[in-house]
This record gives sequence, C-alpha cells and structure tokens, in this order.
Amino acid sequence: MHPIPPGTRDVLPDEMSELRSISRRLREAFESSGYGEVWTPLLEYEEVLRTGDDAAAGAGYRMFDARGQVLALRSDMTIPIARLVATRLAGGTEPLRLCYFAHAYRAVGHGSGHQSEFLQGGLELIGVAGQAGEAEVIELTLAALDAAGLARHRIGLGDGALYRTLLGDLEVPAERHHELLERLSMRDLVGLELLVDGLGLAPDARDTLVRLPALRGGPEVFDRVGGPARGALDGLRTLYAALDDRGAADRVILDLGLVRMLGYYTGAVYEVYDPAVGFTLGGGGRYDELIGRFGAPRPACGIALDVQRVHIAQAAEEGLR
Amino acid sequence: MKHKLTVAVPRGALFADTLDLLDTLGVETGEVRSNDRKLLFEDAGIVTMRPGDVPTYVEHGAADIGITGKDVLLEQPQREVYELLDLGYGRCEMVVAARTGDDALAESLRRLGRMRVATKYPRVASRHFAETGRQAEIVEVKGSVELAPLTGLVDGIVDLTATGTTLRENGLEVLEEIVTCTARLIANPVAHKLKAPDMDALVDRIRQGHLA
Repeated sequence: MHPIPPGTRDVLPDEMSELRSISRRLREAFESSGYGEVWTPLLEYEEVLRTGDDAAAGAGYRMFDARGQVLALRSDMTIPIARLVATRLAGGTEPLRLCYFAHAYRAVGHGSGHQSEFLQGGLELIGVAGQAGEAEVIELTLAALDAAGLARHRIGLGDGALYRTLLGDLEVPAERHHELLERLSMRDLVGLELLVDGLGLAPDARDTLVRLPALRGGPEVFDRVGGPARGALDGLRTLYAALDDRGAADRVILDLGLVRMLGYYTGAVYEVYDPAVGFTLGGGGRYDELIGRFGAPRPACGIALDVQRVHIAQAAEEGLR
Repeated sequence: MKHKLTVAVPRGALFADTLDLLDTLGVETGEVRSNDRKLLFEDAGIVTMRPGDVPTYVEHGAADIGITGKDVLLEQPQREVYELLDLGYGRCEMVVAARTGDDALAESLRRLGRMRVATKYPRVASRHFAETGRQAEIVEVKGSVELAPLTGLVDGIVDLTATGTTLRENGLEVLEEIVTCTARLIANPVAHKLKAPDMDALVDRIRQGHLA
C-alpha cells in the first residue's frame, strides 16, 4: 500500500477529460464576459493569508521554508487575489474582472467524505460597489453553469450582515451577538431559538429573530418579514430587483438565514445548489473590506465553484436526458 | 403515493416514537413496523439506520431530513446539517457516572493527575472535562460502557441514561449531569433551500401537532 492523504485523489484520463471540458466551458463563459484568468502561488506566507482572514489561514496545511518562515496552502483563491490586486494592480483602471481555475486546500478528517484538495473555478469583480456588482456575478454564474451543462441549478441569496444588523436594531446586548451568530452559522435553529428566548425581548422582536433564519423562497419572503427587520432588507430588495431586470430572479432563492463561514464577507452572500448534489456547488459574496486589509481599499465581490461537484451535477443532468 | 421528502429514521431507542410521529404526519409506516430487516422503504420515503449514521446520510443528501438524538449531533459537530426542531421525545441525560460509594474519579485525579473515563462519546466527554478544568484520559468503547469501570479499565464513564436503571443495576451512580438530550429533526442544507415549501409544511405540522 502506498496511500495518499485523506481527502485527496488521483484522476484518470476519462474523468480528467470531463473535468477539463467543464473547466473550459466555465472559463469561456467567464472570459467572454471580460474576466481575465490569473494564477497565484499555491504556497503563500501564512502571515499574508492571515491578513485576509484569520480563520481561513488556520484551516489547512502549513510548512516551513528553508529560512524557517511559515508557509501555508491557500484555503481559497479570494485572499490571494485580494493580495494580488492590492500589490500588483492597485494603480490600474477599474473595474477589474478576474477569474481563476486553481486548487485550494482545507483540512478534513478521515472518512468524512469531504475533499481536502479541491479545484475551484471562480471570478472576482473588483471596483464595483453595491448591487450592480452582485447582480453581474450572479447572472454570469448562472449562465456559466448553463454552459457547463447544468439545467436545474439555483442560487441562494442572503445578506451576511442582516442578522447582525437586526441584533443591533433590536438592542440585543453586543456581548451576546457572537453566540447567536455562531448558532446561526452552525445552522442550529433549535439552539438559536433557546438563546433568543433567554434574551427577554418583546414578543415581536423575539419572533423576528427566531423566524427570520427560516425565511427563504421567492419575493414573497419580503412580505413575510415583520416590522423590525423591514428596513434592514433594503439592500437585498434592490439586488433582487436588479436580478429581475436581468431575467435571473426566477433562479434565485432568497434566504434570510444565509451566512457564510468566512469572516471577510460584508454584505450579500450567495450559495449555488443543484438537486443532484447534497452539498453546495460553491458560494461567494461581497467583501468590501478585504482588499483594504492589504492596503488598497476598494469594493469587491466574487464567487467560487467547486468544479468536481459541478461535474457530479452535470453527469446527473446527462443521465436525465 | 411518492413522498417528496426522504426521511432518515433511527432504529433503536428513538424508533417507536419516530414512527408514531410519522403516522401523525400521514406517512405510511405499517411496512416499516412489520419488517425489521428491510432498510429502505421507497414507497414511504423512509430509510432506516443506526442513529449515529443519520447525520451522515442527511449531510450528503442521501436523505432530505432525518431524526436523531442531540447526543449524536453533539458528537458530530462537523456535520453540515440544519437542526430544525427539538422533537421533545427520547429525553435522556448525558452523565458522568462511577462505581457507587467509591471515589475513584477524584482519587485518580488527585494522585495520578488525570482520570480515566470510558465513553461512546469521546468529543462530548473531552469537552466536558476540559471545560471543567480536569485532565481526563478518554477510552473509547463501542459496546456496554457500564462494564468498563467494573473491570478496572477506567475510573468512570460518560454515557446516556434515561432512567438510571442500567447504571444502578451495575452498581454505578450518577455524579454529574452534562446535558439533556432529546430527538431532533435535521435537514440537508441543499434540500432545505430547493424543497423549502415541503420542508416548511412538515415543520409547521410537527410544531402544531406534536409539540402542542
């Protein structure tokens, strides 16, 4: 036996040619919309990754170089691209449209069924603030997956800052926010309800905090939101209208409970679903503060797709035909 | 009738109550009740398995929703599943227990600097002792945990108990209660979005009927 590490895999010619074909179709869709492909080093200084996001830097594999510096395998491509933009492209014209096809790494346990090495295909739109940027990214993602042969994919759309804003608006003590947001990001709605009940809020505030994370669906979701949360939804409402103008809204599922684990998201967040795959095919969001951490503040948003999972969905789609 | 949601149902202590719950929701469970070897019931949309496997099937989308104990979820926190409802039944305590009348746990900690604890729940146990500032050596066992302290394998155990009868019959007593566990309804994150209307209808009916 000559084992390979858990969560890694070899790829043989049949699969490889299909993966290449999917990557090629995604890339053609990205490039025809003006997104230029970039490449960054697989190894980065851990300190640099940590500048982008503390948790992301600790999630994977580390090693020492010959001078004793700590190197790490990137856990996504967004942080390296933020570094790239701030150091190499800060003086250029904007907006910048970049795409990539590259491996990223996250540690997984034995037998978890998850990949520790995964191929991501994604795009980053830099220098476009607000809903115009997010709508472009979402519309292009849907179109690229069409080109890759998917037909039933959907995008879940939420606001990563919504629950936090709401906690502030409802005057929940700041020291309680972390545990509440942690329950939400762990999808533990039972634990969340218990914590909310312990806050001693007025009934309508309590109901809003308990019911909001389960609200998902079409535009009717906006009508189901109670008084205290209405104002906090303005951004999402504008984005949904922009997607409607582009004819993409019918494939978008509004999800008011959606939060993404990465700490650098500042606004809209999204996830990609397909009924053939039990996991998300990818995700992304707006990260207006990330590039600023590398010294060149500018608004940005992006998305990353797991090419192997897109392949699973594409193969299932072929089987249906 | 083909059911829209596939349900992972735990065999074992939660089995009977879970089938009763499914009955109230109009799911046909007769075949499941009468056949304890068969595992997959496609007409009813039910798959049966050990409680510990339920989060795995649901996380991977092999079942849209599932029912399992909070003890299982606490032991597998890495599973990416929604915890939608506390179903209330299957109530039991996760406890620290040791031989009645003997001070083995505290004595080991004082003289040997750590206590040896057998459990089927190594994560829950490690976390409990870490949070309470005590060093513990966790010995993972698969079968009857009560046996471990009686044979001198360990000083005490961390295990689930509903009535405490099995513990008492084996000469063990409860020293600490860690957490109360009940049956939970969990859901696959993708199905939670793509099958939202079916899932919400189910959750509403359980909330109205079962928990009222």
